[in-house]
Amino acid sequence: MIGVRKVDRRPLTVRERLYLVEVVKGLGITLRHLLGNLVGSATGRPRVPTIAWPEHQEPAAPRLRGRHRLMQRPDGAPKCVACMCCPTICPAQCIHIVAEESPDPTIEKRPASFEIDYMRCVFCGLCIEVCPVDAIRMDTGEVPLADYSREAFVFDLARLLKSKPGDPAPPGRVATGGLAPPREPPAPPTGPYEPSVFLERKRGQEQPAAPH
Amino acid sequence: MTGPAGSLPLSTGRGSREATAIVYQELLNPHHAQTYTGRAYWGLFPFAALFVPVLTAGLFVAWEAVVHLTGLTRTTGEFWSVARPLLLGLGWVHVILIFITIFSMYAVWMERKVSAHMQCRTGPMEVGRIQGSIFLWKRFNFRLWPKSWSPHGWLQTLADGLKLMAKEDLIPKDADRWIFILAPIVAFTGVFISFLVIPFHGVLSSFIPADLDTGVFFFAAVTSIEAIGVIMAGWASNNKWALFGAMRAATQVVSYELPIGLAFLTAVVAAGSLRVSDIVAAQGPDYGMLAWFVFRSPFLLLAFVIYFISSLAECKRAPFDLPEAESELISGFHTEYSSMRFSIFFLAEYAAMYVVAAFAAVLFLGGWWTGIAPVDHFLADAAKSDGLLPRLAAVGIGVFAVVGKSMILVFFQMAARWTYPRARLDQVMYLCLKVFLPFGLLTLVGGTAWELWLEGGWPKALLG
Repeated sequence: MIGVRKVDRRPLTVRERLYLVEVVKGLGITLRHLLGNLVGSATGRPRVPTIAWPEHQEPAAPRLRGRHRLMQRPDGAPKCVACMCCPTICPAQCIHIVAEESPDPTIEKRPASFEIDYMRCVFCGLCIEVCPVDAIRMDTGEVPLADYSREAFVFDLARLLKSKPGDPAPPGRVATGGLAPPREPPAPPTGPYEPSVFLERKRGQEQPAAPH
Repeated sequence: MTGPAGSLPLSTGRGSREATAIVYQELLNPHHAQTYTGRAYWGLFPFAALFVPVLTAGLFVAWEAVVHLTGLTRTTGEFWSVARPLLLGLGWVHVILIFITIFSMYAVWMERKVSAHMQCRTGPMEVGRIQGSIFLWKRFNFRLWPKSWSPHGWLQTLADGLKLMAKEDLIPKDADRWIFILAPIVAFTGVFISFLVIPFHGVLSSFIPADLDTGVFFFAAVTSIEAIGVIMAGWASNNKWALFGAMRAATQVVSYELPIGLAFLTAVVAAGSLRVSDIVAAQGPDYGMLAWFVFRSPFLLLAFVIYFISSLAECKRAPFDLPEAESELISGFHTEYSSMRFSIFFLAEYAAMYVVAAFAAVLFLGGWWTGIAPVDHFLADAAKSDGLLPRLAAVGIGVFAVVGKSMILVFFQMAARWTYPRARLDQVMYLCLKVFLPFGLLTLVGGTAWELWLEGGWPKALLG
């Protein structure tokens, strides 16, 4: 039921009609922002939400559906059994698998080629849901992708296998800061003129996301 | 197939990979409670706003030293009576041009920074990145800043200027070619000429390029030449947006001449002279800041407010930027301009900002008097002395005072631009003809009565 609601517009008061006070008040708002950001920048607490990408990349949400990767068996072979579930369910029809017989007698099939065309992928995650053997995941933390050719967007088996969870893309590629905690021990504190001495700002208890 | 190893040249700076490595180290380290967010974000801006007064003071001290040491102003004889004004004039032209360049460069950058900070953005951050360290010799490798430090895009305007110079110079086929070419020149010349009566300082009376008897009148006459350039541009572009912009410019600039003239007259009545140096001399050196014309009478304060707001309209700044209203008229009168012709318009606009601010500083804010009585007395004494050092010091202080006050006013012009929405043309006209004109008349009459009542100003009457 569409109704009409009358908005009682308050008539301007004499002070508002004079404009003088209101003009100064308006200027006060913008100057407060200006000074707040200047002073905040001096004390390390600016209200500016800008992120200096790509030098600085925020860690992505742990459940981000990023670029896919294929899981490996302990011997490095793909876990995929080429059951064709993912190309079947894929709404964008971006997964192309060619199956072949596996040399391992306990496994029926394996992918001879496994290609994902990221020009088509819609990142719905249905392939992950449908996979019976957990052979494919979307946890690289990488948000694709910029490149110079269409062919570069077709990822083949080797490339999908090589990816690691939370593996941040190299600079120059569209990426988030990755998902995973470090695999290296913490570096010792650096010299007095390293950027961290100047640049870091407190962010409370915020920590990189924990692995799942 | 491109490998994943960062083969794309999309990174913003040469050191970005290095910086990224540092960031990862910081970011992925669970033992650090603090994470690195963003690049160095120091409050550099307020210091940078001092660049213009400091650089200008240096420029003028150097010029004064040259004039003093060569004895250019003291030489006599038939030859020098002809050569001196030529030499001084040539020097002046260059000093003003250099000043306009420095000022516009930093004013554009400052405007972008002011607007950015008001809107919680960072503004330009990349151009002028400083990499590495001062390399002196092997192990004496001093690093005074982080490995890759960007001082808030301080060279952004230089980069933009170079880009503009490299752009194609377009003249529309149906444009009125010669008027189109002449328009930016006329606009810039108008602003440039008005620099003649702007004192950078006048302690020694040699730093007002032309201290005319009718300085204020000259200024009022000359500042509207820019409007002619704008109208020429709008007409010659053969473009309806440009023409609309030009018509609006004509309407508003001509209308706002009236309140500006009345505000000028109020100050002129208080000083008893149209000469700029006399007007400033009437505002010091005694009583410090109290001698400034803004504080001389309520009418002069009102006149200052009227002049400041009207000067926004005069140099087509927001909220009166109807002639180039981006959202309605593309960019108004310079829609069709590109390359250097466009940047000359841009230069003229920013130079006009400075000119009107400087004239407000001179008429109402005490010009080269600092507002601190002992310093002002030093300035007054230095004018009489013949020593090089006090004269140079006086020049430095005077230029710093004038340019500093002007920069503060320029800052408020910018703050106004990023605070208020654009007025409609009828509102602009209403403000001019129904508000400022009667109040301008009031300031003139009231200010005159005040001067007759309290001859010499109230500090003198009260404080003796």
